[in-house]
Amino acid sequence: MTAPDVMERIEPVPSAEPLEKPIQPRWTLSRPKKPAATHDFLEVSMGPHHPSTHGVFRMDVVLDGETVVKLKPVFGYLHRNHEKIAENTSYLGSIPYTDRLDYICSMTNNWAYVLSVEKLAGLAVPERAEYIRIIAGELTRLFNHTCLAGFLLQDMGALGTPMMYAFREREKILDLFESLTGARMMCNYLRFGGCRCDLPPGWIERAQRVVQDYGPFLDEFEALLTGNEILHARTKKVGVLPAALAVNAGVTGPMLRASGVNYDIRKVDKYGLYERFPFRVPLGAHGDVFDRYMMRILEARESLGILRQALSEIPAGPVIDPKAKLRNLRPKAGEAYGRIEAPKGELGFYLISDGGPRPYRYRVRPPSLINLTILEDMCVGHTIADAVVILGSVDIVLGEVDR
Amino acid sequence: MPPLEQIKTLLENAVPGARLEIIANGSPSGQLSLLIDREHGLAVAEVLREEADLSFDYASNVTGVDWPEKIIKEKVKVKKTVEGVEKEVEEVLERKTPAYLEAVYHLYSIALRHGPLVIRLRTQNRSDQVTLPSLTPIWRSCELQEREVFDLFGIHFEGHPDLRRLLMWEEFTDFPMRKDYLEPDDYEYEPTPHDDVLEKARRHQAAEAKP
Repeated sequence: MTAPDVMERIEPVPSAEPLEKPIQPRWTLSRPKKPAATHDFLEVSMGPHHPSTHGVFRMDVVLDGETVVKLKPVFGYLHRNHEKIAENTSYLGSIPYTDRLDYICSMTNNWAYVLSVEKLAGLAVPERAEYIRIIAGELTRLFNHTCLAGFLLQDMGALGTPMMYAFREREKILDLFESLTGARMMCNYLRFGGCRCDLPPGWIERAQRVVQDYGPFLDEFEALLTGNEILHARTKKVGVLPAALAVNAGVTGPMLRASGVNYDIRKVDKYGLYERFPFRVPLGAHGDVFDRYMMRILEARESLGILRQALSEIPAGPVIDPKAKLRNLRPKAGEAYGRIEAPKGELGFYLISDGGPRPYRYRVRPPSLINLTILEDMCVGHTIADAVVILGSVDIVLGEVDR
Repeated sequence: MPPLEQIKTLLENAVPGARLEIIANGSPSGQLSLLIDREHGLAVAEVLREEADLSFDYASNVTGVDWPEKIIKEKVKVKKTVEGVEKEVEEVLERKTPAYLEAVYHLYSIALRHGPLVIRLRTQNRSDQVTLPSLTPIWRSCELQEREVFDLFGIHFEGHPDLRRLLMWEEFTDFPMRKDYLEPDDYEYEPTPHDDVLEKARRHQAAEAKP
């Protein structure tokens, strides 16, 4: 099969659930194509210590003037063979190590791993624990998406300000996590069959206050950014990803939905108790960097609705299944693949048990890595400055890419 | 998703000669998998994507599994004549499981919203016959993941557009995710005279001296 042409125009995909705010282009920028090269190409190695590569990631870029002709991502600078280490550890011992995969969103990493082990061993989760997981997961999505908007703007040259605004709000959520789990980022909170400990007294009220203040913050953030002409000029029609290519290349998460494909694992798999939460899935029409930015903002707004409902509905009860065995867990020989909608995309864990105390095979399906498959297709034809913005819109964390 | 038996018959009709087998799963997850032979892997994958009832348009997860040779001891009661008297004697039979590398694909359908369908491909052995067809021409999402499997397990994917090491460096020769991988003690030499370091060095030297 030949992959569709990157710059091919795509028709907007009609969405089942309409956008809260339809994206209206204010003005568009025409980008004349450069004439064919009559001179030598320039090969540039961007990274691994480049400020815009979000960590230790390298791109071998071939340039014709300023235009990207070829781009090869180079991985492995942060590789420590997470999978091998987990295969030499007990099932419980891997939970704190999953925190370090995508070190921004430790709660969702825990959730994906714990969900897979629960599938493998057939464990049940109490209702209160499911609510706590949804609250923790959606808070994670909230700050991941706003921080990503900050990073993206940082890549475009808005040095500091949007990122610091996003980090200021993130700190409020991290304070909540700290009082709940004892750690700001490396939470190590979920366990097979529930959560490690119950919510401390007064936590729900504090969380409700944070959620209440987050909506006005997003309004302020959007008032500063979304209408900004420089943002529009740098992001509209940049890095267009057609829906057919996005599906074929396994792109997931907000990137896939920005291309107009209605696929959210919270809706498809209905894991946890997401069935009870009516939320809408925002969809983009063009699949460019601007749509990817908008997806994050709109999804953060939907998360606020889920959080409001979860915080008011959370039932009393145990937070961990009293029959759940944590230490020396020996699931029956077999295998299971569990996946969740992490903020970056589909995060899955594939586990094979041979009946022993350690997993025989432990595999992480890293959304950050697989979303980079089509990086070259998105960047070719754009300028090198646009390649930086396109990489910023993919939302990668190198702890997860290299594992 | 149609039941796996039905998918199997559909594939056998669509791809003549394909040898398929349903692999049981003992875990409560109940995710059965379909073993496909090497020769027809690509053709079967194409049917899985193109057939309207299946349309598995999205290969989510690709990974390798290493199954080294394992000796399974089984106690079997055998009738034997000992000194003219027929008796039931317990005998321990040793059975060897074949050694192979396995590539596992988890497929979903975004159009029909079903899945996962787990398909597996097995190599002939784990030393010299380690070639499998690459499914990257069908699903582009396999590109980096198959490179990773090549890097860490040493499965050669025939037809992959760019089969290079992904995470380890180019000069690296071993395959770290294999079960018999022995981690070297010298590439980051630590002159710490702790027992575990010295023990590791001794083990490594013993393994090197063996053949």
